[in-house]
Amino acid sequence: MSLAGLARDAGDAGDYFIPYPDQVLENVLENVLVFLKSRRDRNAVSLVCKSWYRAEAYTRSEVFIGNCYAVAPRRVTKRFARVRSVTVKGKPRFADFSLLPQDWGAHFTPWVAVMATAYRALEKIHLKRMSVTDDDLAVVAHSFPNFKELVLVCCEGFGTGGLAVVVSECRHLRVLELIEDEVFDDEVDWISCFPSDGPSNLESLSFDCVESPINFESLEKLVARSPLLKKLRLNRHVSVQLLYRLLIRAPQLTHLGTGSFSPLEESNNENTRETDYVSAFAACRSIVGLSGFREIAPEYLPAIIPVCANLTSLNLSYANIDAEQLKPVIRHCHKLQVFWVLDSICDEGLQAVAATCKDLRELRVFPIDGAENAEGPVSEVGLLAISLGCRKLQSILYFCQQMTNAAVVAMSKNCPDLVVFRLCIIGRYRPDHVTGEPMDEGFGAIVKNCKKLTRLAVSGLLTDMAFSYIGQYGKLVRTLSVAFAGDSDIGLKYVLEGCTNLQKLEIRDSPFGDSALRSGLHHFSNMRFVWMSSCQVTQEGCLDVARQLPRLVVEVFRRDEEEGGQRGDFVDTLYMYRSLDGPRADAPLFVKIL
Amino acid sequence: MEGGYSRVDEDAHPQLLDLIPKDRNWFVKKDDHKLEGDEKKLELRLGPPGSEDWSPSDAHKNFKSPQKAAQKRSAPAPVVGWPPVRSFRKNIASSSSKPAPVSDSPVSDSQNGKKEKMVESCQKGFFVKINMMGVPIGRKVDLNAYDSYEKLSIAVDQLFRGLLAAQNDTSGAMINGNHEDEKANTGLVYGNEEYTLVYEDNEGDRMLVGDVPWHMFVSSVKRLRVIKSSEIAKICCLGKRQEKNKFP
Repeated sequence: MSLAGLARDAGDAGDYFIPYPDQVLENVLENVLVFLKSRRDRNAVSLVCKSWYRAEAYTRSEVFIGNCYAVAPRRVTKRFARVRSVTVKGKPRFADFSLLPQDWGAHFTPWVAVMATAYRALEKIHLKRMSVTDDDLAVVAHSFPNFKELVLVCCEGFGTGGLAVVVSECRHLRVLELIEDEVFDDEVDWISCFPSDGPSNLESLSFDCVESPINFESLEKLVARSPLLKKLRLNRHVSVQLLYRLLIRAPQLTHLGTGSFSPLEESNNENTRETDYVSAFAACRSIVGLSGFREIAPEYLPAIIPVCANLTSLNLSYANIDAEQLKPVIRHCHKLQVFWVLDSICDEGLQAVAATCKDLRELRVFPIDGAENAEGPVSEVGLLAISLGCRKLQSILYFCQQMTNAAVVAMSKNCPDLVVFRLCIIGRYRPDHVTGEPMDEGFGAIVKNCKKLTRLAVSGLLTDMAFSYIGQYGKLVRTLSVAFAGDSDIGLKYVLEGCTNLQKLEIRDSPFGDSALRSGLHHFSNMRFVWMSSCQVTQEGCLDVARQLPRLVVEVFRRDEEEGGQRGDFVDTLYMYRSLDGPRADAPLFVKIL
Repeated sequence: MEGGYSRVDEDAHPQLLDLIPKDRNWFVKKDDHKLEGDEKKLELRLGPPGSEDWSPSDAHKNFKSPQKAAQKRSAPAPVVGWPPVRSFRKNIASSSSKPAPVSDSPVSDSQNGKKEKMVESCQKGFFVKINMMGVPIGRKVDLNAYDSYEKLSIAVDQLFRGLLAAQNDTSGAMINGNHEDEKANTGLVYGNEEYTLVYEDNEGDRMLVGDVPWHMFVSSVKRLRVIKSSEIAKICCLGKRQEKNKFP
């Protein structure tokens, strides 16, 4: 309806008369906003005025909830009525390392219950660190006739029974990705529950974390009738022989999780073994991502060489291989951008990576052995090599036993694009092993030189000086992870007063107490959460914060679920976060909300 | 602030936590090794998945001056959640099959809490699988949360009532209404003639729940099943050793 048309309808008045101009504006705005995807931009739009708030709410189709307890489900569904995609994150990250008791919360049930009636057109659910039951999955399967994508990351509470219901009833399912979940083995053959009439819409199927065996014949048939399947990530119960059978049926794959990548014991097909696999991989011209290798027999690794030249992502982080086994493969991976690996490849392996992978953006080096030995397979040598070879590096997670400031400083200068720097020196309180100095200068250089840094994890021997650097230079830091570090309250004060963009703070086993806590009062309400465990905050200190910031939910608990949350004079674990809807009603008894 | 926590069966974890005296301070001595036999096994099991025996005594060391801390520490006791590696990744050295692992010190099983949790639930039955005939989704119950057959039966009833309703009603709107209904109804098993609770014991035999004293039941049960009472005769006649089949 044009503006001129409106004027005519108004009765040919001589003046330019537009009835309900607000409504016109809203219509226009809505049509424009449909194209706006970024949630930060949308949040900004919603603050302009009431009418823009309404228009934005009406057109938001993807909702992101960073903390499931920050807002009640009903508040979300009341504001955003036409949602197609929901992302919800639950437990704090330290839950991954057994620092959060079992039944702490983050239940998906109240969310799915509300969404079942409010979002009938829902198509996508993405959950991270939530507790999801089979019931919840059943509700999903029954409530959303157009449901297309389910992505569960680091979730638990459900089993293969729940999966069976989803795959059998969600006829439009395109994506089912299970990533690092704990999945109960209900001994249900869920793979056979995919509808078998006609071709399937499946585009992505990831179940590498599912520990139970699957019905391979059914999987093979499923793959055969899924012409759109691009991503397939198998679990370790799929041997390399079975992988072969799938590969020849799905040469169109772009991402492959290779399962165990070792043969079943009874294999005796020595002669044709290698040739077959190599040509099977060679036929897959579209593969850009490889993972799996859960129980790798290293002699099979060269079979992937035909696809290496196109690989942008390679995850060998379950593959216990050494440098000599890696080199023949990695030297073909010129386009590699994401590389996850075990430290079994040693510094020498990292040097090989640095020599070839000039486009590397993300590197993760995991430890094969987490004990605090003096020696370790990777060290500052590997880190330095990477910094020299991979200048475009944006994200690094590096586990090692020992490190030097010099290497970290070098990386800060060689890789100015770093956005994520996570260095984990497994030996706690370990200083620079060459100079004997604390690691302050290294991390200081990182925050100073890496101007785009938003995520930082520190380790090794660190004094308050390190935190003074972080507070001074880490203006863009949004996530900070601290363990076994610092001397006194001053350290934390530096951070809370200096890091103006801090959103997520997780600290364990560091000598920060009430005085430090108080110095963050001005900022806590702008944060997603603060976690402090085995520190020196007391019950009174936490109460103080709770009193002064009524919109903050302050939880105190003990990891071993003893009530009261205290361990001696101090609080065992403090977890606090802002919430629009007050303290949660589902807190277990051992959680005290102040 | 006292919340409205009204859950009755909250001490799902056994009283063995009392082994750790409540007013212990940070310096936990390594007395834990004095525990023996069952207690020790149970004590290990209590920890959240992935935990070794927690020992905050090391955590306390960080409150000393940095100079002291700079001295090399020799092989400290394993610390919970350290290094920050997910349990999925913790047993790679031991699970990599044919070639000898690079490292000669494979991560011990006790560090892989996930594995431990699955093993535990099969052997001692704290968490036991329970299936209901006609319901494809199985559940799990924590038998430590109950001390009598009556309580177990009420819990089982609550578990499956929701599932049955969800199966019969596709709108999913039942979920909110469940809580009121549960209390009003009698147990599914106790005093209910339509359904019966049976179990499979550690020898593979199928038994009627309720025949043996509670503690004997808990120590031998491997999984539970809710069946229609009319099916009992069928099950008993099938005799002892079924081949290792799943409850259909």
